Amino acid sequence: MSTSISLTLKIWRQSNPADKGRFKNYTVKDISTDMSFLEMLDVVNEQLTLAGEEPVAFDHDCREGICGSCGTMVNGRAHGQLKGTTLCQLHMRHFKDGDTIVIEPFRARAFPVIKDLVVDRSAFDRIIQAGGFISVNTGSAPEANTLLVPPHNAEKAMDAAACIGCGGCVAACPNASAMLFVSAKVSQFALLPQGRPEAARRALGMVRSMDTCGFGNCSNHRECEKSCPKEIAIVNIARLNREYVKASFASPES
Amino acid sequence: MNWLTAALGASVGKKLMMALTGLAFTGFLAGHLAGNLTIYGGKAAFNGYAEKLHSLGPLLKVFEVGLIGFAAVHILTGLWLFLQNRKARPVRYTLDTSPGGRTLSSRTMPYTGLIILAFVAFHLTNFTFADKTRTTIFEIVSAAFSSPIYIGIYVAAMIVVGLHVRHGFWSAFQTLGANHPKLMPTISALSVAAGLIVGFGFGLLPIFISLRY
Ligand code: HEM
Ligand code: FES
Repeated sequence: MSTSISLTLKIWRQSNPADKGRFKNYTVKDISTDMSFLEMLDVVNEQLTLAGEEPVAFDHDCREGICGSCGTMVNGRAHGQLKGTTLCQLHMRHFKDGDTIVIEPFRARAFPVIKDLVVDRSAFDRIIQAGGFISVNTGSAPEANTLLVPPHNAEKAMDAAACIGCGGCVAACPNASAMLFVSAKVSQFALLPQGRPEAARRALGMVRSMDTCGFGNCSNHRECEKSCPKEIAIVNIARLNREYVKASFASPES
Repeated sequence: MNWLTAALGASVGKKLMMALTGLAFTGFLAGHLAGNLTIYGGKAAFNGYAEKLHSLGPLLKVFEVGLIGFAAVHILTGLWLFLQNRKARPVRYTLDTSPGGRTLSSRTMPYTGLIILAFVAFHLTNFTFADKTRTTIFEIVSAAFSSPIYIGIYVAAMIVVGLHVRHGFWSAFQTLGANHPKLMPTISALSVAAGLIVGFGFGLLPIFISLRY
């Protein structure tokens, strides 16, 4: 059953990267509980536009939890309080009439704010460029069964590959560490035969790139795992640590 | 050497050093606690243990130098990590609610670590560097624990060490890559047990000594 709620929103407004930024309060009425969080923000923006004010900038694209574009802090949680969902999959039925919602951008030195709730996550692209790929010859795809993959490895690789690169792990980590992201990307290849030839170079390259981007170190608080919309587990971080040790101490790559 | 400094200087490398030195300290604590339990055997047993320990001579020196070296690595790397982690989030969140990952123990690692450092300095001046020419370690220890202030400091410090170990133990295994669905439940439980054993094991000793002697 759909009902309507009214809310007070405390939204971070920052006109550009150099602006100091501040919270502004907004009241919205008659929000259908069937709406998604982003649709609620659309309503806010329509109001602001009609009033001649600058709408709130926020990232979004697919709005179905697969692209990794959306994400802000909602009441102090990356992607909001609902477990295993992106912000675009969070619905207003999880809020009560009269609630105050604090909406802040993801915060990390490596993710500078561009405008309002939009942050620059190109650091993730630089980490991917440092090894988050496999090198293959172009041409027709090889016969699928030429390389055998044990089913449990395929499962684990698929679990890691579920990462959509939204940056929620960095936002949730008290140290703004990118270890969950990097570990998912390293794991999805490390578990498959196609990824093994470059495994050492990949682990070293991606960890170095993560460090130079200015992310923090992992303290095993496991806030990332609890916040991840794709529920990527920290066993992947342990696997990254193993891959890093192997690459550093037992490979010609270091 | 260049490859080694690169490997250990990276984020993951620094954590490997924390894990290895931290586990070594945990091993030291286990040995230290086992030795201290001789207090329950009375004066002769405790002094006998201290004598045996010192009869190890050069071996004991090697252990001491090793511990000092490990401590330097653990403390300096810990501070380095702490400062980097703070720098990685220059603007704090206005509202920061936990989805249930971090614990009191995990959040306070740098602070409990610094308290341990201060306590170790205090502890060494009290007992290790005390003049033992005309008395025995048992007398020094039982005299110290006739003071409620000493008892308070020691019990509080042991709770702090217990907190540090409670997160540190499982965290070290995770850092070293030993996380597997078959292993982790046991390691996590052992971590809580290790914290409790350290806290109660050491923490009850001053209380026992003050009541008994
Ligand atoms: C009896 C003494 C000590 C023991 C048994 C101990 C044990 C440990 C262990 C096992 C870890 C986990 C390593 C990991 O997560 O990989 C750790 C982490 C840590 N220790 Fe200690 N430690 C001791 C003393 C100290 C001291 C004196 C300091 C600092 C002054 C300190 C600061 C830290 C910090 C900051 C971490 C967290 C590093 C991070 O995860 O970012 N510790 N300790
Ligand atoms: S908008 Fe694509 S995941 Fe939310």
